[in-house]
Amino acid sequence: MDTRVDLPAHEKVKLSIRNLNFYYGSFLALKNINLDIPEKKVTAFIGPSGCGKSTLLRTFNRMFELYPEQRAEGEILLDGENILEGKQDVSLMRAKVGMVFQKPSPFPMSIYDNIAFGVRLFETLPRTEMDERVEWALKKAALWTEVKDKLNQSGSGLSGGQQQRLCIARAIAIKPEVLLLDEPCSALDPISTGKIEELIHELKSDYTVVIVTHNMQQAARSSDYTAYMYLGDLIEFGPTAELFMKPKKKDTEDYITGRFG
Amino acid sequence: MNEKHLSTQFDAELSGISTRVLEMGGLVESQVAQAIYSLTHFSGETASQVLAVEEKVNAMEIEIDRDISTIIARRQPTAVDLRLLIAISKSIANLERVGDEAARIARTVQRLINSGVSTRMRLPVNDLAFEAELAVTQLRKALDAFARLDVEKAIEVLKQDDQIDQEFEGLMRKLITFMMEDPRTISSSIDLIFVAKAIERVGDHAKNLAEVIIYVVKGTDVRHNSVANVESMVR
Repeated sequence: MDTRVDLPAHEKVKLSIRNLNFYYGSFLALKNINLDIPEKKVTAFIGPSGCGKSTLLRTFNRMFELYPEQRAEGEILLDGENILEGKQDVSLMRAKVGMVFQKPSPFPMSIYDNIAFGVRLFETLPRTEMDERVEWALKKAALWTEVKDKLNQSGSGLSGGQQQRLCIARAIAIKPEVLLLDEPCSALDPISTGKIEELIHELKSDYTVVIVTHNMQQAARSSDYTAYMYLGDLIEFGPTAELFMKPKKKDTEDYITGRFG
Repeated sequence: MNEKHLSTQFDAELSGISTRVLEMGGLVESQVAQAIYSLTHFSGETASQVLAVEEKVNAMEIEIDRDISTIIARRQPTAVDLRLLIAISKSIANLERVGDEAARIARTVQRLINSGVSTRMRLPVNDLAFEAELAVTQLRKALDAFARLDVEKAIEVLKQDDQIDQEFEGLMRKLITFMMEDPRTISSSIDLIFVAKAIERVGDHAKNLAEVIIYVVKGTDVRHNSVANVESMVR
């Protein structure tokens, strides 16, 4: 299916996906995806369960390589460099492309160390600079005021919403260029969801954000561009306001209006 | 909409609201027709009936608008559903104003009757009837197009709006001549000019309805465009 949509001229392409096929064993889960993700914008992937949106997201930092039977064919160009090529260092690449998962997954350590852990993998910072980095990341993730007096307490003692913001702080502490969010709010209440969405809005001034969500209203609220996927195909991609007001494809309209069955 | 939502309740809410718009449309259409009848027959009774319906029309507008807000709050409609609800909200505002124009005509008729002019002079009221028939037909067509979400019919309504405008200008010339020939008719002629203007406005509202139908179906806002432009925009 040809769904290539050129981004408006004022957008700079951060991630460029070219002829991407993805297999779980012999099952073709992504079918010839072609898509440009704009820099410093929020791009949302929507679609019914099993449509391939999380699979697609997980190719952007080669997360799938943890499983031997999964493979990707095609190109994913991050600033023009194909990250699917073997010669790329995976951990350096993942430092550029951070990820936050559906369920908050704090490490079993203090709030402070949750943030510092990742940073130590890539940088050796003196204590004061590390303190500053931790504070910076927690402030960016809108969590600082809530945890500044208990940095040495365990991260798992926080509420679900706070844990998820801690995970976002952990991801941005190593200063990635792209932030992948896989259903970041599906386990959160509306207040926490609101805070994370507010945060996503803040983050896009520095990062390229890609979010997978089951919640269409969330995609409509927080993204600049939306991609609708179905059964491994990219059906439609375009500016969010257009896609939700006047989608080009009947399939997209049926899905977003709830006529999908 | 022919295709159904996963939620049959949502389908029922949308079709219920569309039905009531058509009901309101039917009501104001007969209001205009009655207003014109009261004018051509100088029937004070019919004029009173027109005025009596006005309250009902106003109440319907408020009620439908409230239901639209409720659906938006509860269902978060998107795409064609959202366009339909926005269109309905605009349509009922137009229909309510059609009702206002009918009431304006009815009040003018009452004034003409009370002043005794209607029996003293031969006013050219039948000339207005033709303009009114054009406007009512336009309104009916627009409501029909709304019921079927028929873009072709909506475009037809846009095309025919010119006719009413021309008819209105013709009436203006006629009434001016009438006043020049006999200055005693000035007061009642001015009344008739306002009636002619009210009828012309009914045509405009029908045109607005037609435009929102195109918006619902095609997602294209065609307001403030020539008919030729509209045709090329939607085809």
